[in-house]
Amino acid sequence: MSFQSVRRVLAAPTVGPLLALVLTVVFFSLKTDRFFQAQNFSLVLQQVLIVAVLAIGQTLVILTAGIDLSVGTVMALGQVVMTKLAVESGVPALPALLIGILTCVGFGVLNGGLVTGMRLPPFIVTLGTLNIAFALTHTISNDLTFTGLPKLELFWGRTFTINGTDFTYGIVLMLLLYAVAWYGLNQTAWGRHVYAVGDNREAARLTGINTNRVLLSVYTLAGLTYGIAAWLLVGRTEVGDPNAGQTTENLDSITAVVLGGTSLFGGRGTIIGTLIGALIVGVFRNGLTLIGVQVIYQYLVTGVLVILAVSVDQLAHRRRA
Amino acid sequence: MRHSHGDDQSRRRHRRLAVLAVLLVVVVTAAVVSAASARTTSKSATVKVGLITKDATNPFFVKMHAGANAAANKADAQLMYAAGKDSSDNAGQITAIENMVSAGVKGILITVADAKAENAAIAQARAKGVLVIALDSPTSPTSAVDALFATNNLNAGIKIGKYARAATKGKKVTIAMLDEHAGSSVGALRHNGFLKGFGIKGNNKQIACVANGGGQQTQSQPAMENCLQKNPNINVVYTINEPSAAGAWTALKKAGKKASGVTIVSVDGGCAGVRNVRAGIIDATSQQYPLRMASLGVAAVVKFANGGKKASGYTDTGLNLIAKKAVKGVPSKSVAYGLANCWG
Repeated sequence: MSFQSVRRVLAAPTVGPLLALVLTVVFFSLKTDRFFQAQNFSLVLQQVLIVAVLAIGQTLVILTAGIDLSVGTVMALGQVVMTKLAVESGVPALPALLIGILTCVGFGVLNGGLVTGMRLPPFIVTLGTLNIAFALTHTISNDLTFTGLPKLELFWGRTFTINGTDFTYGIVLMLLLYAVAWYGLNQTAWGRHVYAVGDNREAARLTGINTNRVLLSVYTLAGLTYGIAAWLLVGRTEVGDPNAGQTTENLDSITAVVLGGTSLFGGRGTIIGTLIGALIVGVFRNGLTLIGVQVIYQYLVTGVLVILAVSVDQLAHRRRA
Repeated sequence: MRHSHGDDQSRRRHRRLAVLAVLLVVVVTAAVVSAASARTTSKSATVKVGLITKDATNPFFVKMHAGANAAANKADAQLMYAAGKDSSDNAGQITAIENMVSAGVKGILITVADAKAENAAIAQARAKGVLVIALDSPTSPTSAVDALFATNNLNAGIKIGKYARAATKGKKVTIAMLDEHAGSSVGALRHNGFLKGFGIKGNNKQIACVANGGGQQTQSQPAMENCLQKNPNINVVYTINEPSAAGAWTALKKAGKKASGVTIVSVDGGCAGVRNVRAGIIDATSQQYPLRMASLGVAAVVKFANGGKKASGYTDTGLNLIAKKAVKGVPSKSVAYGLANCWG
């Protein structure tokens, strides 16, 4: 097998990340017999699903050569709004839920509006909205946790059993969302436009694509995914927690996208790659804990993985200078 | 190009709208911020007292801040408040110390993020005549500050360790410990206290899992899930605080454990946590008193400002074990007491 053919294989989208995922699974299965169990895989999926859904929005944004730093805090805000309204303000479950999700969509529109209307760099815009959402989350919640949530908000935490193993409805929703995102990005004109805008915004505009509308739609849809992630989070933790989403979620969503082979410069990448990227991080966190490695080494591993992933991606795609 | 003039006009209009929007945002933000700050400064301000907490969002520190505000208002003093970005933000706290000293505070009450990293800034403040009192978290060495008003966190751990041992007497135990980040002095004290109270020395096989739950509910849930995956027989769980215990319980419940089958112990004594004791989720918790720390601290600074002696030494701000079911040999107080004295 020549070096060129290896490169060609690795350059095929998602092959690299998939290979990494398989190798990690094999590694941990050999190290401990508690890893390769259906219940453990269900656990990994449950632990990954929030970041995986956030990463759908992040993928859309990064495909347009942008980045969204407000991911975690916008989700936290949505989660606080939907739970506070239902628990404290006596709003019925469905409207409370919708208002919470719409809050996240609103932030998506704000991000998109500032990026397109004022031509501000996405990094700066979302840095600003990150802080605004953070402040709102804590002032609205008064730093209290909300419990006693209505059944509708807890829906995705319910479980069903296959062959003796429990899976949550949330896992199904996550997979459905990825299917929808895949369809949108690969089978519609809109998806083609997203890639075009990310690859070369000016060239896309000159071919007649309304780049502003594409960008606005991307950020708005991203906001929607953060709102859905908020609903999933509430189902998983069964509380409205004002401290949620503010530790590693932002960087985790970006890590998932990068590990999945999407270029931070836009225009290249796959949504399935993001799912694999999110799974890689989840598998590592779960596996390292099972074999008793200290938590701090998970950071080390994640850092090395990200650099490896980007390097492999660069080497596989390097054009003849 | 035919449309260039129209494009220019609309671009100019867009720019004007954008400038107006930005101005509007600035005005609204300024109004919101000044309205928010008016609530926390009192009018006839004479003595300035500074309070610096690890972060501004942990309910423990939120209550401490509220207690300090109330005490300052009562003493006709002005409270200045600052906090780090998160529970390990030393630099943020150092900046806050320096700013408060320039602002002319008579004393600073601080919950240090790190036991050593801020000693230099504290020494500079003390050299300028500012009284510095550590609240809740000790410095290393303890002489780095004038005084420490805190819970005895080692005792907090010992009490719940003794309770857990007595409550599981005769049973085979498999223990999980949910700590927070590695550099936390409070975390280390409670962790070691639990081990001492339970009677465990060194690397004991009874401990199946030690994980970082971040002292938070959402982080503790996956930490507990992974511990259970490692060893499904865990029946004793030490948690550094009550939000962590709540997250651990969600994981245990989803794994099919019953509250009666697992002994969960924690520290804090917040109202939400004591309600969890009442609900049978937390078996015992060491209650501490942040409001007392804050009011004692403010009183000490006001006394010093009015010519009194500087506060010194260690003042234990009190600790009570709250449990629903009392066990022999381990004195505890009832849930009713816990609810009457809880914070939050």
